[in-house]
Amino acid sequence: MQRKRLAVAAAAMAATLAAGCSGASQEPSSQAAQNSAPAGPVKLTYWSWVPNMDKIAAVWNQAHPDIQVTISKQAGGDDAAAKFLTAAKAGNPPDLVQAEYQMLPSFVAADALADLKNDVSQAKGKFSEGIWGLVTLGTDAVYALPQDSGPMMLYYRQDLFKKYGIEVPKTWDEYAEAARAARKKDPEVFLGTFSSKDPGSFVGLAQQAGAQWWSISGEAWKVGINDDATKKVADYWGGLVKEGAIDGQPYFTPEWNKALNDGKLLTWPSAVWGPGVLSGNAPNGKGKWAIAPLPQWNAGENLSGFWGGSSTAVAEKSPNKAAAVQFATWLNTDPEALGLLVKEGAVYPASTKGGGLLGEAPDYFSNQADFWQQAAAISAGARGFTFGPNVNVTYNAFKDAFDKAVHDKSVFSDALQAMQETTVADMQKSGFQLVQ
Amino acid sequence: MTSRRSGGARTAGAVPYLFLAPAMVLFTLFMAVPIVYTAYLSLRRTKVSGLGLGKNSRTEIFVGLDNYAAAVTDGELWAGWLRVLGYGLLVLAVMLGLALLFALLLDSAHVRLARFSRIAVFLPYAVPGVAASLLWGFLYLPSLSPIRQVLDIDLLGTGAVTFSMANVAVWGGVGFNMLVLYTNLRAVPRTYYEAARIDGAGEIQIALRIKIPIMLPAIILTTVFSIIATIQVFTEPTTLRPLTNTISSTWSPLMKVYRDAFVTGDLYSAAATSIVIAAISLVLSFGFLRIVRNRAFGEG
Repeated sequence: MQRKRLAVAAAAMAATLAAGCSGASQEPSSQAAQNSAPAGPVKLTYWSWVPNMDKIAAVWNQAHPDIQVTISKQAGGDDAAAKFLTAAKAGNPPDLVQAEYQMLPSFVAADALADLKNDVSQAKGKFSEGIWGLVTLGTDAVYALPQDSGPMMLYYRQDLFKKYGIEVPKTWDEYAEAARAARKKDPEVFLGTFSSKDPGSFVGLAQQAGAQWWSISGEAWKVGINDDATKKVADYWGGLVKEGAIDGQPYFTPEWNKALNDGKLLTWPSAVWGPGVLSGNAPNGKGKWAIAPLPQWNAGENLSGFWGGSSTAVAEKSPNKAAAVQFATWLNTDPEALGLLVKEGAVYPASTKGGGLLGEAPDYFSNQADFWQQAAAISAGARGFTFGPNVNVTYNAFKDAFDKAVHDKSVFSDALQAMQETTVADMQKSGFQLVQ
Repeated sequence: MTSRRSGGARTAGAVPYLFLAPAMVLFTLFMAVPIVYTAYLSLRRTKVSGLGLGKNSRTEIFVGLDNYAAAVTDGELWAGWLRVLGYGLLVLAVMLGLALLFALLLDSAHVRLARFSRIAVFLPYAVPGVAASLLWGFLYLPSLSPIRQVLDIDLLGTGAVTFSMANVAVWGGVGFNMLVLYTNLRAVPRTYYEAARIDGAGEIQIALRIKIPIMLPAIILTTVFSIIATIQVFTEPTTLRPLTNTISSTWSPLMKVYRDAFVTGDLYSAAATSIVIAAISLVLSFGFLRIVRNRAFGEG
């Protein structure tokens, strides 16, 4: 009896030791161990908000019994970023995470993302230079694989434009004129709204004008949120709000949805992922909306900016980085996966090959057969920029300052100044090197 | 008395501790440890070097009371306190006033449908704060709201937003407070009222001269609970914020803590600010108790 118990204890001990060893062999710090194949199937978790991502992962899981991916559906946006940062700080992040481009620097600064540069050399060629720059942050490292991009365009109500006799505006001056004309034709109607809750939208418009909010010079950051290009954009919208030519209510509220659905809002400068939002929030508008390039600052230009877009990143603390990179590469470069992303996830793929998979126009835009061709032409002129390490601080400052500015109908470039000061003060407090 | 108690303790041995243990373990794990950790975090901060991008570019350093100094000198925090003070006075007066009124009405001899009314008043308490705020938020929005079609006021505008938020809290809180007061009233021997009636007192006189004085400890209890709850106001403004541009991310002190910790990622400042808030809550609720305890409990 006594001996038997001892044997059990010894066996248990041996098992524990073995488990300890295998655990150690997956330690990310040991380079040699990483190459050795793990014994059982590797289990990965992936935080993503792409619809039907679980179906896409199921296709991968079928073909790769040794690497099983589980999707954990996220709410997306700032909340998802905050959740990931908190999980990374607590030491138990998911293996893979969907990361919006503007959040990458914050994640990297918090040491939450793995550098993938040794594993993704062959993936680099599958993306355009501009998009690849978003995941390298202009450094030698590669912090994520691009998944989708959000070039901005102008969504407008084709039928109501006709009804009110408004031409599709080619420049922002024409847009302002159209806004006034629409108000004259029907005081219930606005051409558009300026949202103080969506810094991403404003960032896209600023990019179009040529803004550079952050840049790296040597070993220091330069912050230029109140640069001339952005001031121009801010004061343009501030003027329209003050004059009452456009509305100041935020996007994505029940109020806004209703206005879109009822034909009280005639345009929405938004990104390529717009059809999903419109079909969900404004079902009555099906077949009535169309797209055009964003109005330009100077006639004849073909420029745009990015609103949103995201990448697939691997957590620094993931014990299975190699497997995670394999999955991320497949997801964002393999033709089958790209096809699934387009079909199941309604994603506009970042991969250059992905664009070709977009044949048929979204159902909601059945009236515009060349939807994707137009989108591709627009996306060719989209400018991006380098995001800084405290975008979340800047974005929060945007919401507070522009909330007030819209409400008080005050000068928008003052709100911009507040954003600049808040951002710089936060970076100084943390100890970042800054140049003026 | 004293000797009997000490005799009991000797025979009981470890038993009382055994009974206390689950509570103590839970208290330690979920109250004491987080508080100590918060206090520890509040004395530290991250220090970034250079661009802050490479590995090990961030270190955690000890900064003493720096975070506290920043917290108490932050104008936004005190502006938040002022907003909450206005909101709190409104909520306390209206919510407790209504709770008292309903409790007295339900307890009076003449009321019909008492059971139904009691449940109807209490029911909103069962609705989670987020759901309640969303529900009211929809009622406040101009194009969706039946209220707005009658009343031409921007319910989420600068002037009205505090009232609109207080309304959500009052709607949700009256029932709970009413129940506490009502339970207290039911425990009063009916003979008091009979005696008063024989002396010629009407229902209103009975309420003012007998019921309210007897309920005083319960009224004080609900007031303290409500003070603590209004200091911690977070759900209503946070849920209503996406619907309007009159509520900033630091509208209430607790929202500032949330913003620092989870939006801008500065756990250390958030920890310091939350300890400041806890201290103020303690001062306010104990201060209130101190002021009223002579009258309510006859202690000196």
